[in-house]
Amino acid sequence: MSFKDKLLSSYIALEDYLEFDSPLHDVRNTAIKIFEEKGFPTKKEEAWKYTSLNSLLKKEYSIFPKAENAIEFKTVKKYFLHDIDTYKVVFIDGVYSSFLSETTHDTLDVCLMSSALNKSKYKPVIEAYFNKVAKSDSLTALNTAFTKEGAYIHIPAHKEVEKPIEIINFSTGSEAAMFLQPRNLIVVGENAQVQIIERHQSLSSNEVFTNSVTEIFAEKRAYVDYYKIQNDAETASLIDNTYISQERDSICRVHTFAFGGNLVRNNLNFYQKGEHCDSTLKGITILEGKQHVDHNTLVHHIAPNCESHQDYKGLFAESSIGVFNGKIIVEKDAQKTDAFQQNNNILIDDKATINAKPQLEIFADDVKCSHGCTIGQFDEDALFYLRSRGIGLKEARALLMYAFANTVLESVKIPELKVRINKLIANKIGVSLGFQL
Amino acid sequence: MLKIKDLYAGLEGKDILQGINLEVKAGEVHAIMGPNGSGKSTLASVVAGKEEFDVTRGYITFENEDISELDPEERAHKGIFLSFQYPIEIPGVSVTNFIKTAINETRKAKGKEDMPASEMLKMIKEKADMLEIDRKFLSRSLNEGFSGGEKKRNEIFQMAMLEPKLAILDETDSGLDIDALKVVANGVNKLKSKDNAVLLITHYQRLLDYIVPDFVHVLMNGKIVKSGTKELAYELEEKGYDWIKEELV
Repeated sequence: MSFKDKLLSSYIALEDYLEFDSPLHDVRNTAIKIFEEKGFPTKKEEAWKYTSLNSLLKKEYSIFPKAENAIEFKTVKKYFLHDIDTYKVVFIDGVYSSFLSETTHDTLDVCLMSSALNKSKYKPVIEAYFNKVAKSDSLTALNTAFTKEGAYIHIPAHKEVEKPIEIINFSTGSEAAMFLQPRNLIVVGENAQVQIIERHQSLSSNEVFTNSVTEIFAEKRAYVDYYKIQNDAETASLIDNTYISQERDSICRVHTFAFGGNLVRNNLNFYQKGEHCDSTLKGITILEGKQHVDHNTLVHHIAPNCESHQDYKGLFAESSIGVFNGKIIVEKDAQKTDAFQQNNNILIDDKATINAKPQLEIFADDVKCSHGCTIGQFDEDALFYLRSRGIGLKEARALLMYAFANTVLESVKIPELKVRINKLIANKIGVSLGFQL
Repeated sequence: MLKIKDLYAGLEGKDILQGINLEVKAGEVHAIMGPNGSGKSTLASVVAGKEEFDVTRGYITFENEDISELDPEERAHKGIFLSFQYPIEIPGVSVTNFIKTAINETRKAKGKEDMPASEMLKMIKEKADMLEIDRKFLSRSLNEGFSGGEKKRNEIFQMAMLEPKLAILDETDSGLDIDALKVVANGVNKLKSKDNAVLLITHYQRLLDYIVPDFVHVLMNGKIVKSGTKELAYELEEKGYDWIKEELV
């Protein structure tokens, strides 16, 4: 049985114990039909030209975790921002871990999708927002059909959340291969502010394939600062589908630190629905071995007078593969749009590959759009300059890598996170310099 | 200190340096002058170990050790410093972080511990003051958006921090106005001692009014064709290089 067929029959099993009378049931049914019709994307589709899921789909995944697996805090402490206080929504093999989590209902809701879906007091929010910005592509639809668990975050208007929220998905390797589909819903009210860190972490060398969907709604003047840390095991693959809907005067920033995993696909979509929105998409990708990371970004300028800033830096060693596919659409009404996209890549070894493709579709006539894409090697003159000052070749390369990544790192607003990412970079490039950027 | 013997070096099979012989002793200042394209900057780069150039004949010794095969960083660790004609811009790395890394990497190579932060700060302050460098300048990205003068002053600042035995100053005077030239020259003179040496590479005699050389060499077509004392520099300033060419014929 193909993985697709297995999923379709699992859906029938799932239906038996799901809410039948809720409007969500129709949403699920529609979604599974879309998935049934379209199936998994293939390289024939333009958006998937450089990334094949074939090798992942051949594995025998278990779709529903069999048991609740506990892990001790001390073994996973390093994956948390433990040096500062945070809210935490933690899942182990797709199941909520109350032991590792620190949720709240005090003025804001940081809790679980499963309870939001089942409790009547959340019904208005679910009805107003759930699956409202997510696209109906096959992978998102697959996640929608199986929606069961994830983080549910609702920040009421004017609330400034005083500490960051961490969403962490651990997998323990209790099954030989596991398929996970977390579903997060984040609603940030008018003039509210929040910082969120998301991480997927496999704790074993067993296969994990995650198809995650996150919907974020930023109401008027809301501020959302979102960080994705992708530094997973070599046997973990991730498809991250993130959809952000912005109302007027809102600011949304997403930083993606892609250092690890087997295959990672980031579908990051911004929709600017009101005037004067500001969107920032930044990323640092550092790969080695046979790692494959595909950044597929979309900024859809629908309303006038908005800005978007994209800055993706990539360093590719050994036979790693990077993809950057950045699309900017400026609608006819989106006059005075200021859209900027930059993608710079360094190929460290001859066998490394980067496929970069900026796409601009502009239907308005009074806009400022620019994009720049570079692919290069280390600057030999710069290396000689550093070496002539006594800095060894390895350290000189590291220094240039740090410098290269710095424009992305300097805009990280949580100091503890910045320190952590600095360490991850040092670890990734194998050299620790005596300073932090 | 530095001995260059019958050195041939070049790019892609073509020798730019064609039999250089030069000896620089501790405590001496040598100036190398010559017209454009004579090989002055190539000589500087080859001594500092730029890998792009192939040494096809001859050798270079530093303190009686053959350094021809050493990496640039190994030569730096032995005390060779090159002030670049065109310093490279490195956005994202501050002058301070750069110099800290350079000093500690050099110490590491010599089996020493990192320089304590307080000592480093004190030294940075001292050397920056000597070269009249504004403290704000030190937190800027290395050479990024620096004026020509700032870049050269920054080179000499690095030299002051690294305290080399042999400093090769490649066209350090170019791009400097007279005031900046005086500050830079003054800095070099203060760093000068009987134990170190300076090799000045320059186009013009102007710099030599401020850093007075013990010897002046004329480089033409990859060879040292004439050597003398500082008076030779004045003669070159007055008469140009053509008379030497004629003399050679």
